Amino acid sequence: MIQQKVVIINTGCANISSVRIALERLGSSVLITDDARLIQQADKVLLPGVGSAATAMKSIAQKNLIKVIQQLSQPVLGVCLGMQLLVSRSEESKDGSVSCLDLIPADVVRMQVGALRLPHMGWNTVSSIAQSALFNGIPDHTYFYFVHSFCVKPSPYTLASCTYAQPFSAALRKDNFYGVQFHPERSGEAGAQLLRNFLTL
Amino acid sequence: MLAKRIIPCLDVREGKVVKGVQFRNHEIIGDIVPLAERYASAGADELVFYDITASSDARTVDKSWVKRIAEVIDIPFCVAGGIKSVKDAAHILEMGADKISINSPALLNPGLINQLHDEFGQQCVVIGIDSFFNEETNTYSVYKFTGDETRTQQTLWKTLDWVQEVQQRGAGEIVLNCMNQDGVRQGYDISQLKAVRNVCTLPLIASGGAGEIQHFKDVFTQADVDGALAASVFHKGLIQINNLKQTLSEAGITMRAPFLKKDC
Repeated sequence: MIQQKVVIINTGCANISSVRIALERLGSSVLITDDARLIQQADKVLLPGVGSAATAMKSIAQKNLIKVIQQLSQPVLGVCLGMQLLVSRSEESKDGSVSCLDLIPADVVRMQVGALRLPHMGWNTVSSIAQSALFNGIPDHTYFYFVHSFCVKPSPYTLASCTYAQPFSAALRKDNFYGVQFHPERSGEAGAQLLRNFLTL
Repeated sequence: MLAKRIIPCLDVREGKVVKGVQFRNHEIIGDIVPLAERYASAGADELVFYDITASSDARTVDKSWVKRIAEVIDIPFCVAGGIKSVKDAAHILEMGADKISINSPALLNPGLINQLHDEFGQQCVVIGIDSFFNEETNTYSVYKFTGDETRTQQTLWKTLDWVQEVQQRGAGEIVLNCMNQDGVRQGYDISQLKAVRNVCTLPLIASGGAGEIQHFKDVFTQADVDGALAASVFHKGLIQINNLKQTLSEAGITMRAPFLKKDC
């Protein structure tokens, strides 16, 4: 669709293929890399992630990418754990707390769901969508696919909300850093629309 | 609201989709990719691919079809069959699967569940359980190697104990296949699913027995499962997924509505 350099940061997690494939379906050519120079030169950067925050932060630190990511000025989209890595700290660690990239002032906490099941897994509606190009063409109450047990509570940086026992941030934004808790790459046409919006930011 | 999931299951043998009745007499239904595409566009919420030969044949089969599916499918999918190690799982996930489902290998080596949890996160780890109701003893027991009738064995595990064991080891979801009901289209095993639901704090997927729309309605309203898996009713065109979801939605069961793009 648009000739631009799209980079997925290789965080060392196994399954980042689906994000790459989803972007390629939209006509982008995508590079998966942990090379600081290539990340800095990209027009759009994706920070994917599955696994735990502590493991992912350790991997990012080992690759000397913490400062590199923090200093990016082009649009960056964190997906799922990738979104959670954008905030200040996360409870998802054996020690009870791990420092994250600190780009959005918020915390990741374990979801309190009462009698409901964890992980929060499946298609849920995203609502209270703020005016943002990332959600162009996406109406309130659109279903996206979620899989997670930790979340960011609603904050001043919340771009859209979801509710599972309690409301939480389905999407965040501060400056050029965007994050979505759901998996746009696995959210059918709605997800494709969101990724297309990201590519045209 | 979190929607209840409708999950077509595609049993795969040697790269083709097959379906047997009570795990026997497999007939070829068709090629994997076009069938997966058809279900995804009809509104399936997720797909499961079971390589039914893999565990019972004690071999690593060619899984390149996983990659072909990942290229065309934009909904989540899970791959099961013959995943015996962290390395096997990594291979499947790298090809684009979202989850891996472990059945017999978890029974042989329960520590594998912990390893997979630690390596890939809980959300990737699905445990498939083949459970059979023994009328004589009035108990639900777990079976292994159910892909091959000649090798199928009862294990020492009672189903409810095994559910709690896998949960404690870090599983992220349970697919409970009620063998008495499999392929006979007489309805899900509601009483067994209710019993498992009572001890299961993870997402629970019902499998085995779907024959008509009412069966889906029953399993969601009576056993409070998170998803319902079915194969032959979809393969044989007895139930259309969009019609099923419409009917369930009208009955008050939360179903994912199709995406309607808003004018910008």
